[in-house]
Amino acid sequence: MSNWVEVCATDEIDEEDVIRFDHAGRTFAVYRSPDDEFFATDGLCTHEKIHLAEGLVMDDIIECPKHNGRFSYKTGEAKGAPVCVNLKTYPVKIEGGSVFISVA
Amino acid sequence: MTRVAAKRDYSLLGRDAQAAVESGLAAAEWYHTDIPRKQMKALMKREDGPAIRDTILWLGSMVVCGALAIYFWGSWWCVPFFFVYGVMYGSASDSRWHECGHGTAFKTRWMNDVVYEIACFMIMRNPVTWRWSHTRHHTDTVIVGRDPEIAVMRPPDLLRLVLNFFGILDVFHATIDMVRNAAGVISAEEKTFIPEQEQPRAIRIARIWLAIYIVTIALAITMGSILPLMLIGLPRLYGAWHHVMTGLLQHGGLADNVIDHRLNSRSVYMNPFSRFVYWNMNYHVEHHMFPMVPCHALPQLHEMIKHDLPAPNKSIIEGYREMIPAFLRQLRNEDYFLKRELPPTAKPYREELHAEPIAAE
Repeated sequence: MSNWVEVCATDEIDEEDVIRFDHAGRTFAVYRSPDDEFFATDGLCTHEKIHLAEGLVMDDIIECPKHNGRFSYKTGEAKGAPVCVNLKTYPVKIEGGSVFISVA
Repeated sequence: MTRVAAKRDYSLLGRDAQAAVESGLAAAEWYHTDIPRKQMKALMKREDGPAIRDTILWLGSMVVCGALAIYFWGSWWCVPFFFVYGVMYGSASDSRWHECGHGTAFKTRWMNDVVYEIACFMIMRNPVTWRWSHTRHHTDTVIVGRDPEIAVMRPPDLLRLVLNFFGILDVFHATIDMVRNAAGVISAEEKTFIPEQEQPRAIRIARIWLAIYIVTIALAITMGSILPLMLIGLPRLYGAWHHVMTGLLQHGGLADNVIDHRLNSRSVYMNPFSRFVYWNMNYHVEHHMFPMVPCHALPQLHEMIKHDLPAPNKSIIEGYREMIPAFLRQLRNEDYFLKRELPPTAKPYREELHAEPIAAE
């Protein structure tokens, strides 16, 4: 069952960037791709629980700011050492100029 | 936070390792200077150009100097060419291993990976083992029992330091590790930081390297000359001095068991040659605070945050003038360390976290 939660206005995330979103004791990372699509993943790196929102978005990759572990933020796939466990991803929708993620 | 016992136990499986986990020193949240996101993004931006240029210079100088060293082999004229070749092989490889291991040297991933593998071979660091050990070094920088890359343990072993200017102990241990890995054995300590699925690759690479060294030695025997070894293997000894000289300055004589890189890391202004060989890692506080920033952007990062950092040493010599006396004092009192003074514009150290180490100066 979906549980859509409003994150922010679309223009609050720069293109090819990411923001942190905390909700109900959980933390998420919400991305805007270079081609203006939005995505969401768990907010912490699966390697050592670092906030990915402080990392670098390059094309469809988010790079962790601590150890440079890389994930595809579109699929959550871990792209190699030092990250070995995939990120969980969440559905995203845009309505009325705002970004919503489904946190169910 | 709880301080570890006075006599330090650097084993990754020992008492201090356990104490660091229990006290919260392991995998702690470290201090960062505030930088606006837009500026940080600009600093983190990846480029291929600077690293391609530097790699052409690095490997190109090795080809030229190696060829001239072979040409002049048998006369004293070969010495300056081996000198340059050796520094590029036994020292510049250290910084290339490091920067490409972070994945920040090039924008293109495969370029990072290729240069990483080449540099790992030269510096004799298994690319799998050392990727993971360096990950731990960044998580737990100079945390006793957690950081596998503490170059100068307390009390300092000065003989070991001197020998390593010629790579002697490092190469001895690296050779043992290579043979052990090639035999299919991953040590208990290595298992603490290398995930199980990565271990077979560490073994495979050790076997390839061992084969290269065996072929080189066989060629030297066949030729009746050490020339092949002067080009492969021995430069790790005679060219190591520069990376040891710069590397000791990174954390030597500074605090341990703190979670603020301003206390345990040192930035040093260096001459252009050393900065090329060292790939700007002289900005070491900056690198540890923001490992996402590529080496070519570290001078810019330094300018941006220097108001919040201890003043850098003005030269390598000045760095050694403060570090060596600290090593000598640590022989008598291993709790002694150099406290990095902050400028008035800096955010103060968090005394509640570091009160005891700061007071110990």
